[in-house]
Amino acid sequence: MPRTVRDVVFVDGVRTPFGKAGPKGIYHETRADDLVVKAIRELLRRNPNLDPAKIDEVAVAATTQIGDQGLTLGRTAGILAGLPQSVPGYSIDRMCAGALTAVTTTAGSIAFGAYDAVIAGGVEHMGRHPMGEGVDPNPRFVSEKLVDESALFMGMTAENLHDRYPHITKERADKFAVGSQEKAAKAYANGKIQQDLVPISVRNTNAEVGETGWGLVTADEPMRPGTTLENLAGLKTPFRTHGRVTAGNAAGLNDGATASIIASEDFARENDLPVKMRLVSYAFAGVEPEVMGYGPIPATEKALAKAGLGIEDINLFEINEAFAVQVLAFLDHYGIADDDPRVNQYGGAIAFGHPLASSGVRLMTQLARQFEEQPEVRYGLTTMCVGFGMGATVIWENPHHKDAGGDK
Amino acid sequence: MSTTTAELLKGASELFPDEVVTSAHVRHLELPHGAGRFALITLDNGFDHTKPTTFGPGSLAQLNAAIDQVEAEAKAGEIVGVGVTGKPFIFAVGADLKGVELLKKHEDALAIGKGGHEVFKRLAALAVPTFAYYNGAAMGGGVEVGLHCTYRTVSKALPAFSLPEVFLGLVPGWGGCTLLPNLIGADRAVSVIIENSLNQNKQLKGVQVFELGIADAIFEGADFLEQSLVWTAQVLKGDVKVERPDVDRGEGWDQAVARGRFIADGKVHGAAPAAYRALDIIAASKNGDLQAGFDAEDQALADLIMGGELRSGIYAFNLVQKRGKRPAGAPSKDLARPVTKVGVVGAGLMASQLALLFLRRLEVPVVLTDIDQERIDKGVGYVHAEIDKLLGKGRINQDKANRLKGLVSGVLDKAEGFADADFVIEAVFEEIGVKQQVFAEVEAVAPAHAILATNTSSLSVTEMASKLKHPERVVGFHFFNPVAVLPLLEIVRGEQTDDAALATAFGVAKKLKKTAVLVKDAPAFVVNRILTRFMGEIQNVIDEGTPVDVAEKAIEPLGLPMSPLVLLELVGPAIGLHVSETLNRAFPERFKVSPNLKAVVEAGKRGFYVYDSGKPELDPEVAALLKQGDSVLTQEQVRERVLDAVAQEIGLMLDEGVVAEAQDIDLCLITGAGWPFHLGGITPYLDREGVSERVNGKRFLAQGVASVPA
Repeated sequence: MPRTVRDVVFVDGVRTPFGKAGPKGIYHETRADDLVVKAIRELLRRNPNLDPAKIDEVAVAATTQIGDQGLTLGRTAGILAGLPQSVPGYSIDRMCAGALTAVTTTAGSIAFGAYDAVIAGGVEHMGRHPMGEGVDPNPRFVSEKLVDESALFMGMTAENLHDRYPHITKERADKFAVGSQEKAAKAYANGKIQQDLVPISVRNTNAEVGETGWGLVTADEPMRPGTTLENLAGLKTPFRTHGRVTAGNAAGLNDGATASIIASEDFARENDLPVKMRLVSYAFAGVEPEVMGYGPIPATEKALAKAGLGIEDINLFEINEAFAVQVLAFLDHYGIADDDPRVNQYGGAIAFGHPLASSGVRLMTQLARQFEEQPEVRYGLTTMCVGFGMGATVIWENPHHKDAGGDK
Repeated sequence: MSTTTAELLKGASELFPDEVVTSAHVRHLELPHGAGRFALITLDNGFDHTKPTTFGPGSLAQLNAAIDQVEAEAKAGEIVGVGVTGKPFIFAVGADLKGVELLKKHEDALAIGKGGHEVFKRLAALAVPTFAYYNGAAMGGGVEVGLHCTYRTVSKALPAFSLPEVFLGLVPGWGGCTLLPNLIGADRAVSVIIENSLNQNKQLKGVQVFELGIADAIFEGADFLEQSLVWTAQVLKGDVKVERPDVDRGEGWDQAVARGRFIADGKVHGAAPAAYRALDIIAASKNGDLQAGFDAEDQALADLIMGGELRSGIYAFNLVQKRGKRPAGAPSKDLARPVTKVGVVGAGLMASQLALLFLRRLEVPVVLTDIDQERIDKGVGYVHAEIDKLLGKGRINQDKANRLKGLVSGVLDKAEGFADADFVIEAVFEEIGVKQQVFAEVEAVAPAHAILATNTSSLSVTEMASKLKHPERVVGFHFFNPVAVLPLLEIVRGEQTDDAALATAFGVAKKLKKTAVLVKDAPAFVVNRILTRFMGEIQNVIDEGTPVDVAEKAIEPLGLPMSPLVLLELVGPAIGLHVSETLNRAFPERFKVSPNLKAVVEAGKRGFYVYDSGKPELDPEVAALLKQGDSVLTQEQVRERVLDAVAQEIGLMLDEGVVAEAQDIDLCLITGAGWPFHLGGITPYLDREGVSERVNGKRFLAQGVASVPA
């Protein structure tokens, strides 16, 4: 049968505020599935024109798919969110790029014609599910030297990346981190972030942590506005003595969830849904697991090539700040300045946090807001590094741009 | 004010040292949409939802302290509002009844009422609006906390919401009687406070709480608290206006109260004071004077707490909730054998009802047998028709209906039907020879481990088992009509019944969701013996010369669900006669066979009354049959004779060891005969009216068990 590839659009995205993982974190007594369920419900409330029965898929990513992140979360979250039973769902794992992959995988299916509209998102409760929980790496990895042992520890891979690019110093990384905190604080002050946050009720029964009873989370917990270079200079380098990676120039361990509506452009227009971004291309690439932070570079190369674009066509960047060094490696590769205003305008994961499999949709939600504000920008990208040596990049077109939808 | 409240509560706390204290956690949060800083109070007793949050004096003191804090913050302009919510699944389920049971003095009871009012009232008096978020089960004082708030939201997932005080013998006395009619109108308030309470403590669901106007907004369970707080922000910012319909303070109010009295009369016939006290307060609160209403609530609470009806009510509630779920004297459930197939001997109406019950609750194959195919087809047809009715009402779905129909069958040949049955119950004609024959046939074909149960209402289980090779597996399994409605199941231990058979019987009873009581193999067991003695004494005074209406009216002050002769009509005069004959053979000195009843049965009458005028009136044909003596008693004399007879019979039953304790007698009467909570079954009433002392020289229950402690 004849088949037409369809345009795919990002309709809307929301997220929970991100929390710090651990017994003192805001979400310590909150289930992971509840976080993503509440994000999905907010998304549906914000988009009453989307008939829930017309949702063809719920794709939810999580890295550690056990307990409250197991049980085929995409399906169970759909039921818990009150979606009709007829709406199916599944789970996705590509570690940090989980939610990003939930978007691209369902987008591919939309383009193919299998779906009209989907929910795609992710969750990671790193407090309830610490990194590495339940993993059982094949002994061949070590015995056959398939990867260096450091490949399993993301902080060590970041140190390895510093080794590869000696010109990316700790000072540069710290400076970038201070900038991220500043940009995030400014974005908060201007109300850029809050508009896409889902308030979450949280319970605390431990008086040592703070006030007990039910509370409401309406802001990101990890943020450290006012951070200075001096603050960061003295921090420990936990992954290596005399190393460069610190808690200050990397994203922390976090809890949070995201959700987005992805649809065919026709469906969005027919149903009077917003069209916030148009998908141009996406790509994933593998790199040496020991320097996984390099991943965004080849992934971006591939995505640009598929789109027929050059880096000079991209005027907004949402790069996940797992580590400052990984962002700087990317920027150096493309000759972009560390403080280029096109990069992470609202700040990034160093300030907001990085609940692994949820982060991809945060990048998209922020890029979508920037597109709205800057109709003169035609293309932007979201990119992130992924554990075990991968990178992931999605290129988006701004539908508010005058030439949007036309030829380049 | 708060000092005196604190002192009041401290005094009350000393009377109740074992209280599970509910904490009132104050936590601050920023409301969405920049609506400001908000204080949220969480009521939490520190346990999970299986131990719901309650209020005793210590809990009220905690809430009082929390209000001290938010009151100061509100006054200082540090917060824009105050909310109250509960731990997961539970808002709060009201006063801690254990604390109420301990109260011995009117002034202490008064203090509890006042204490609750003084604390809750402060929520309404704060300098900022207050919000209650009914997140889960809310009852009694829990509901009332919310009624004192400015606004309320309710979760669509809320499973149970009620003001159950009248059901127990109290009034909603922490503001409920006064605030609810002023919020939603007297008619709706009467439905909640009177009608639902007296309708087996019917609970409201979240949607109904909203539809009645008790809550101003309703949100789904998945993000109930978040959406309640978003709504709160909108209300505080003026983006949402809460509008409530005007309350009819005219005739509608009076009519509602009159309707309440009609309902109460129909249920308790004036015999229990709680509903009437509650209605008096509702009636008086028509003018909107809240403080006068609160004062009246305090008085009513104190009076009722010191009265026998409430103590009986709490006792009865605990019997049903606790003893009814853990039957006294039942062997260890580890001894119970699995029941994977059930046989029913007989396919008549009773047998078919039993088959349906086993089918629905056990969901195992159920086989009916009878003496001819026609009866069997009729029995199976009845079960199929009942399944279809359930399907039609939406109680089960098509899959379940298919499954149940597939599980029920009927065969002529017992060998074929019962060869792999684990439990066989007979419901054939009440004749010992017939039953012995049936069990002999069943024993010949059923597996060696199968339990043989009998639904006999008056024959000896021991005798029925006596001719079997394995009498140790025979158990009495006596249901009450209508089987689907009355919870009681008398489980009769024959002389040779072993623990495994008994444990299996109790296990099955639990799955059938019946209230099982262990009974010795004694004539007519418990309920039928007491009812027969009770009705026999009524019949005796009629036979001796007292007019029928005098005899009937004499019993009205007890507030039984129906008069003795109406009950006889329901049971069927022939069956009543049969049981009285059985008991007459066993205890001729106490159980007479009434010649008048015999005449009525022989004349083929279905009862004593005709209902041509809409009310029961003595059937002239029955009147013509009656041959009465010339001893005419007053109502009081009749009542005394009847109660004395009942007290005597229960005393003898306890001496014979028919049941373990008087509590089992009461549990049987409540769950098998529908005798009311305010009587506590019957022994608390006999104790408090002095009947027990007069007849047996002692009380059935120690002071304090179902009465104000000494």
